[in-house]
Amino acid sequence: MNGTRTRRGYKAAAAAGAGFALLLAGCSGGGGGDDDSTAEPSADCADFESYGDLSGKTISIYAGIVAPEDQPYIDSFKPFEDCTGATVDYQADKQFEQQILVRAEAGNPPDIAIVPQPGLLAQLVGTGTVVAAGEGTAANVDEFWDPAWKEYGSVDGTFYAAPSGASVKSLVWYSPAQFEENGWEIPTTLDDLQALSDDIAGTGIRPWCAGIASDAATGWPVTDWMEDMMLRTAGPEVFDQWIAHEIPFNAAEPTAALDAVGGYLKNDEYVNGGFGDVTSIASTAFQDAGLPILDGQCALHRQASFYAANWPEGTEVAEDGDVFAFYLPSETADDRPVLGAGEFVTLFADRPEVQALAEFWSSDTWANIKAQASSELTGGGWITANTGLDQENLVNPIDILSADIILDENAVFRFDGSDRIPAAANSAFWKEATAWITGQSTSDTLDKIEAAWPAS
Amino acid sequence: MTTTGPQLDLSGMQQPSDTRDGRPATIAEATKKRLSSPWASLVAVVLAVLWTIPTFGLLISSFRPARDISTSGWWTVFTDPNFTLENYELVLSPEGTNSLAPYIINSLVIVIPGVLIPIMIASLAAYAFAWMDFKFKNVLFVAVFALQIVPIQVTLIPLLSLYADIGIAGTFWSIWLSHTMFGLPLTVFLLHNFIREVPKELLEAARVDGAGHVTIFFRLMLPILKPALAAIGIYQFLWVWNDLLVALTFAGSSQNVAPMTVALFNLTGQRGSQWFLLTAGAFVSIIIPVLVFLSLQRYFVRGLLAGSVKG
Repeated sequence: MNGTRTRRGYKAAAAAGAGFALLLAGCSGGGGGDDDSTAEPSADCADFESYGDLSGKTISIYAGIVAPEDQPYIDSFKPFEDCTGATVDYQADKQFEQQILVRAEAGNPPDIAIVPQPGLLAQLVGTGTVVAAGEGTAANVDEFWDPAWKEYGSVDGTFYAAPSGASVKSLVWYSPAQFEENGWEIPTTLDDLQALSDDIAGTGIRPWCAGIASDAATGWPVTDWMEDMMLRTAGPEVFDQWIAHEIPFNAAEPTAALDAVGGYLKNDEYVNGGFGDVTSIASTAFQDAGLPILDGQCALHRQASFYAANWPEGTEVAEDGDVFAFYLPSETADDRPVLGAGEFVTLFADRPEVQALAEFWSSDTWANIKAQASSELTGGGWITANTGLDQENLVNPIDILSADIILDENAVFRFDGSDRIPAAANSAFWKEATAWITGQSTSDTLDKIEAAWPAS
Repeated sequence: MTTTGPQLDLSGMQQPSDTRDGRPATIAEATKKRLSSPWASLVAVVLAVLWTIPTFGLLISSFRPARDISTSGWWTVFTDPNFTLENYELVLSPEGTNSLAPYIINSLVIVIPGVLIPIMIASLAAYAFAWMDFKFKNVLFVAVFALQIVPIQVTLIPLLSLYADIGIAGTFWSIWLSHTMFGLPLTVFLLHNFIREVPKELLEAARVDGAGHVTIFFRLMLPILKPALAAIGIYQFLWVWNDLLVALTFAGSSQNVAPMTVALFNLTGQRGSQWFLLTAGAFVSIIIPVLVFLSLQRYFVRGLLAGSVKG
């Protein structure tokens, strides 16, 4: 009896001991960060004096941005930590969009969350846990961002969240070598694009490759296609009305836009290079969809700037490299509608150190530190619409192209609409878009999305 | 489970053949005869092969270069072999951003108490429900059993706000407590059924010798229950080891507490571009459960068949 008891007791003690050891290890790790900051006061700390001394304060950040793109974020807060003495605790996982709602509703939110969608921001504001941005942050956003961006970070007229990173969706990937070999030119109008597609189809390869499979969100690349077309064929004003549901989802303009997409994606002459016929679009993972360009089995792939990360290691992404992208043209060469997306720095705590970090985050200083960190650690892959961004800090050609497009004075930027519409309508949009690829008619598709729009 | 009942039934059915052969057929012989039919063996082998093919493909993929994985099927290695250890290097190297190493430790720290605590509590509770008399015993037992039908998902937000209030959200405590809570109803029920099967005479004999409940539990029940505890331990181990939702919700994704499943989930990278790493990651995460299963397997088989004492 004694033997049994002692053994059980020993096991339990060992387990508890292991647990404590790990907890202690976690604590001492945090302490180590503080030591570094006192040991090495940086020369540029003058910029941080206004935030005061924040020693011993910890700011928790929760995001959906995981390795390898998390490290540049963590490093970009280093100067702030070194100069103010605060500690930034960055956590991320890919379940972010569900977990942040659970945490907000349970009253256990982080201090700051990086929210990738205005629709999600509105939902979070609805839980009553989000804190409005401070004056310093608002002043920075007024100074450095296009007013449209401030609007995306606002809910019901209150400005909550400053924008952070951005991505450009209106891009078409291609192979510069293949274009040169065949004498193809980069199109500057939609008509040119059509003519180019016909040209390529004439040579026997299917010009476009596409893939929309993406787990639970299968179908989203089609929604991007449609929104891009909507911006081009109907114009930004009608696009805004459509997203705000001031005109029905199945009105004449959206129908025309989706039919225009169908002219490419549901055209057996045009798709699906390297994969098969039209229906193979639905079963091809969006991550793999552009890869046939490398083998010359396909020439054009419309996908956002972040697709740069999907090319296999060793692929040179540059204007004279293996692959590059051009701006998806509009009806005339002077129209520059840009579809894009971005992240918003959402605060759940009003403590001075949290507001201070948010203010730093919205400044041009941070944008440049972050751009440098991304360039060094991940070879780029990050841009922002912060006009204070010095393009010298970008190394990746696709980042430079994206920044040029997004910061262009003639550009009319619109945030991805499917991220702004109600969640129910958004998931109907993905599902019906998938059904549309596999044969459903345009009018049925749009009617069903319209029917799924929440009544209120 | 005693063998008396089925044996009687079967020997009744086997009567005609017995008389013809002129020798009695035991149940073991009858079963052996039935199972060793060549057709049955063939079906079993085919099933086993079919069952293993996907895992086998995964294993092969884990040794293929990233480009190959995304452009061609694993079966092409037979005609065009091209192997690399790079995936495993990326997943196991301690410095790399994709390293699973710290998370393996976290998983172990989570899983050991996550298995021991509920089994300890459940065996005590099951003994009380089976052999002690107290008021509302049956009502309580039904209540515990009924808790099984509460889906985990509805408890997430209330539990998290409780944990946040008492300040243990984001620590191992929240995960251990949650796994204990979620594991108890089924564990109590199963162990109760095992303990009920112990013949009353055994307990009465112990009591005549002067043993109290404590002595009976530790000196009589625990040794008898060993196979059952091992079987339930394996179940609970696999459940806790493979859990993503509970750990992610209550403890978050910090490197100090997050288990292996969270790391695997994030392994594919921001845009899912590194999904080729999943094959290697999956095999790394399989190793420990397989070791546990193999080492406890003999108890597991016994636990399924047992629940009683010998003659």
